[in-house]
Amino acid sequence: MQTSVQLPTDPALQYLLRIGDTCLILGQRLGEWCGHAPILEEDIALTNMALDLIGQARGVLTLAGQRCAPVLDEDQLAFLRDERDYRNPTLAELPRSDFAFTVLRNAMLSTWLKLLWERLRDSRDAELAGIAGKALKEARYHQQHAADWVVRLGDGTEESRRRSEAALAMLWPYAAELFDDDAVDAAAEAGGMGPARSSLREPWLAEMAEILGEVHLPMPKESGFRSTGSRGVHSEHMGYILAEMQYLQRAYPGGAW
Amino acid sequence: MVNATAEATRIERAWAALDAVPDPEVPALSVRDLGIVRDVLDHGDGIEVVLTPTYSGCPATEVIEQSVLDAMHDAGLGPARVTMRRAPAWSTDWMSEDGKRKLREYGIAPPGPVAADGARPVRIVGRRAELVPCPRCASPRTERLSAFGSTACKALYRCLACAEPFEYFKPI
Repeated sequence: MQTSVQLPTDPALQYLLRIGDTCLILGQRLGEWCGHAPILEEDIALTNMALDLIGQARGVLTLAGQRCAPVLDEDQLAFLRDERDYRNPTLAELPRSDFAFTVLRNAMLSTWLKLLWERLRDSRDAELAGIAGKALKEARYHQQHAADWVVRLGDGTEESRRRSEAALAMLWPYAAELFDDDAVDAAAEAGGMGPARSSLREPWLAEMAEILGEVHLPMPKESGFRSTGSRGVHSEHMGYILAEMQYLQRAYPGGAW
Repeated sequence: MVNATAEATRIERAWAALDAVPDPEVPALSVRDLGIVRDVLDHGDGIEVVLTPTYSGCPATEVIEQSVLDAMHDAGLGPARVTMRRAPAWSTDWMSEDGKRKLREYGIAPPGPVAADGARPVRIVGRRAELVPCPRCASPRTERLSAFGSTACKALYRCLACAEPFEYFKPI
């Protein structure tokens, strides 16, 4: 059994992992649709977006690995960490559920990532700024595509409307975590690495209001619930997705093709 | 010491060799047509080819790297190395006019110009799909079937005039 890698507690590393892990875990969730999407075009679209996200994760995790001693590569970070060392917000790891749930989560997270990449283009870390410049172009397409589907389902049949409402009620409470600052955000902002997440809240709400408003889906009120994935405390679903992702590298250390 | 004329010639030969390296996903285009070769440098002890990736997750990147190294070797310019430069990010605006023509002839609608700053605001109300003329019959009466196609860089369209489905290279 391959043992897990150990990580330092550097705030800049945590900041990078939060971004890279969001892409990695959401990419894995979208990849699960391969062969299962309602129509072939969507099967292709979801896996295309998964590919972009995994590519973005590779870039960011490579950077993150350079902050570890000894240096870790993207694969070691993706496949050989313990659950508590993954820093994606809980929203990314929730099971894919139905198509309405998937497209609404994509709309929420691609909007968030798009706004984040926009700001990261000005990062003092030139490598991170370079990754952001490329990822931003991709995130715009992801957001547009997801928003189109939220509107189509929200405005579709009774059944699609019912499912859209259910997805919104389920997903919305997990959005609060995306904007909760802590010491990691403070350090990133002070060092010029990237924005504190709270600064993305207003533009995110404005863009989500535009999407949901188009189909008169009322934006739920903020609740007291706070998910904690970006601090490493995940939902019960995280262990299962990691088991699937990590199985090969744990069972056959260093396996490659 | 490297002779200045000889050096220019080596760089010119390298560029010429890159003309023959196809994009594995769209073999009608060379890597130069695609606009991903950012620079060619001669360090005296070897040629350095600077590439930029098209999409973050493009699976063709590694194949392209190897093809470039092979092309340099075959042109007698080895040892060569490839470095990747991410910034500024690749844009379809860097595709050559010749490349766009080759794409059209291959049956893929070439990308239109990227909007200023590439910004694509979410526009739900009154959004019109881009006007993409059919690469076969040139009719402007086409419709989008899917925003994503066989590769991340393309969308699926159909011509309403000649009824042919075709791919559109998305501006990015």
